[in-house]
Amino acid sequence: MLTIKCPWCGERDQIEFSYGGEGHIARPTETEKLTDAEWGDYIFFRKNPKGVHYERWTHSAGCRRWFNAVRHTVTDQFWDVYKTGEEAPVPPEDWDGIQSRAEYEAARSTQAAKKEG
Amino acid sequence: MMKYSIFSLARNARTYHQDWPKAWRSPDPKPEYDVVIVGGGGHGLATAYYLATVCGITNVAVIEKGWLGGGNTGRNTTIVRSNYLWDESAALYDHAVNLWEGLSQELNYNVMFSQRGLLHLAHNVHDMQEIGRRGNSIYLNGVDSEFITPEQVKEMVPFINLNCRYPVMGALLQKRGGTARHDAVAWGYARAADAAGVDIIQNCEVQGFDITDGKIQAVRTSRGTIKAKKVGVVTAGHSSVVAEMAGFRMPLESFPLQAFVSEPLKPIVDCVIMSNAIHAYISQSDKGELVIGGSGDPFISYSQRGSFDQIEHVAGPILELYPIFSRVRMMRQWGGITDVTTDRSPILTKTPVEGMYFNCGWGTGGFKATPGSGHVFAMSIAKGEMHPIAAPFSMDRFSSGALIDEAAAAAVAH
Repeated sequence: MLTIKCPWCGERDQIEFSYGGEGHIARPTETEKLTDAEWGDYIFFRKNPKGVHYERWTHSAGCRRWFNAVRHTVTDQFWDVYKTGEEAPVPPEDWDGIQSRAEYEAARSTQAAKKEG
Repeated sequence: MMKYSIFSLARNARTYHQDWPKAWRSPDPKPEYDVVIVGGGGHGLATAYYLATVCGITNVAVIEKGWLGGGNTGRNTTIVRSNYLWDESAALYDHAVNLWEGLSQELNYNVMFSQRGLLHLAHNVHDMQEIGRRGNSIYLNGVDSEFITPEQVKEMVPFINLNCRYPVMGALLQKRGGTARHDAVAWGYARAADAAGVDIIQNCEVQGFDITDGKIQAVRTSRGTIKAKKVGVVTAGHSSVVAEMAGFRMPLESFPLQAFVSEPLKPIVDCVIMSNAIHAYISQSDKGELVIGGSGDPFISYSQRGSFDQIEHVAGPILELYPIFSRVRMMRQWGGITDVTTDRSPILTKTPVEGMYFNCGWGTGGFKATPGSGHVFAMSIAKGEMHPIAAPFSMDRFSSGALIDEAAAAAVAH
């Protein structure tokens, strides 16, 4: 079962949450000057990546607050969650989406320790 | 190509079926093709077949990352219908049903198309109004559709529990709807396309495109660079990924959609029964398995698995409607990645890259359209202009606003 860590409530079952789609899409300013194509792009076009995705969730059956998350769309593994307005944590290039962030960083520090040793 | 018939069957029986020829060749890619089709699913293979047979373009390759029909063609619930609300959809999906009706003969391959009838149940006043509106609209478009009462539903499906939590108040019946054998569709088109001269190249992944001055030049693949005058991309759930390689975005999001089959049972469900309101649908394969589907996952993913909670969302309504199945064991579960548009209508379109065409966005219900989609897409590629049936589905509708909004209408369940 997929679990999601709400930044306020902690780890909860995915069914408590609602998905809010791709994150960090700013509503255009000066909308009166937008072309139809620019409007269409804002409303309908999405990155839809196979890999790391920055997205919005809301804890509908909990605190009902919105937050952002970084997830790998092949494995559904979350790298991290962050509150609205906070800077997005960027996973390293070689993150395969299988390990959790804790597992990845533990593996990294063991490797580093071996090199030093 | 050896013609399949009762005589070839008898002839091959004498040699214990050891000498059947391969259904299609597996050639190495040539350096250049007139048209390269990316994606060897039903729609891609159908496109290649109609390019070769209807449009007279035989220097065609279909390149496929894995094996033929290994994506959504092999992962859907094989339902065929054309009872859509809008005129544009009716034209496209009914074109497909018309082609389905002669497909086994045309391809000389039994695609097991069975027009066993398809029921859309209505469970509340809104549903009744919706099937009323849609049923009449479908009827006016010349597509068969009739309203039936709960008593008639009971006659067709004696084991249904009409007085369940959301009682059945009526239904919309499309008698020409039904099912087909999904693998046979891919194999039948592949065999017929191959016989018409199309090169089908499996285990050949697209890695990029050579584009100069906004015009497609070549497809870079895991088996080398293949020059192409035109490229048709038919990659379903991965269309956004392929579009990114070509340097533009598509108005798509990819969601996993699950399906399930039970252990094989004796014949019991002799039609397709769908319900939008409680969102579950069921039919029975010729092997006897109950084929069950429901709604997709609510978040984008390429996991080809689906969430556990969706299983419960499907099993609950199925058992409420058909308590007789309470002890049936489910045998397999899987997920396919559906490329969903905002208006739940497909995209058949030219792209910002000259000579490159996309056929995608079929979302949760592309299988039913396979022949029609391939046919109009092939004619569009050949001519360089979208076929009149395909034209309303161009991606410029997302800036013009001329959406074909099946989202709130017919296309919820497939």
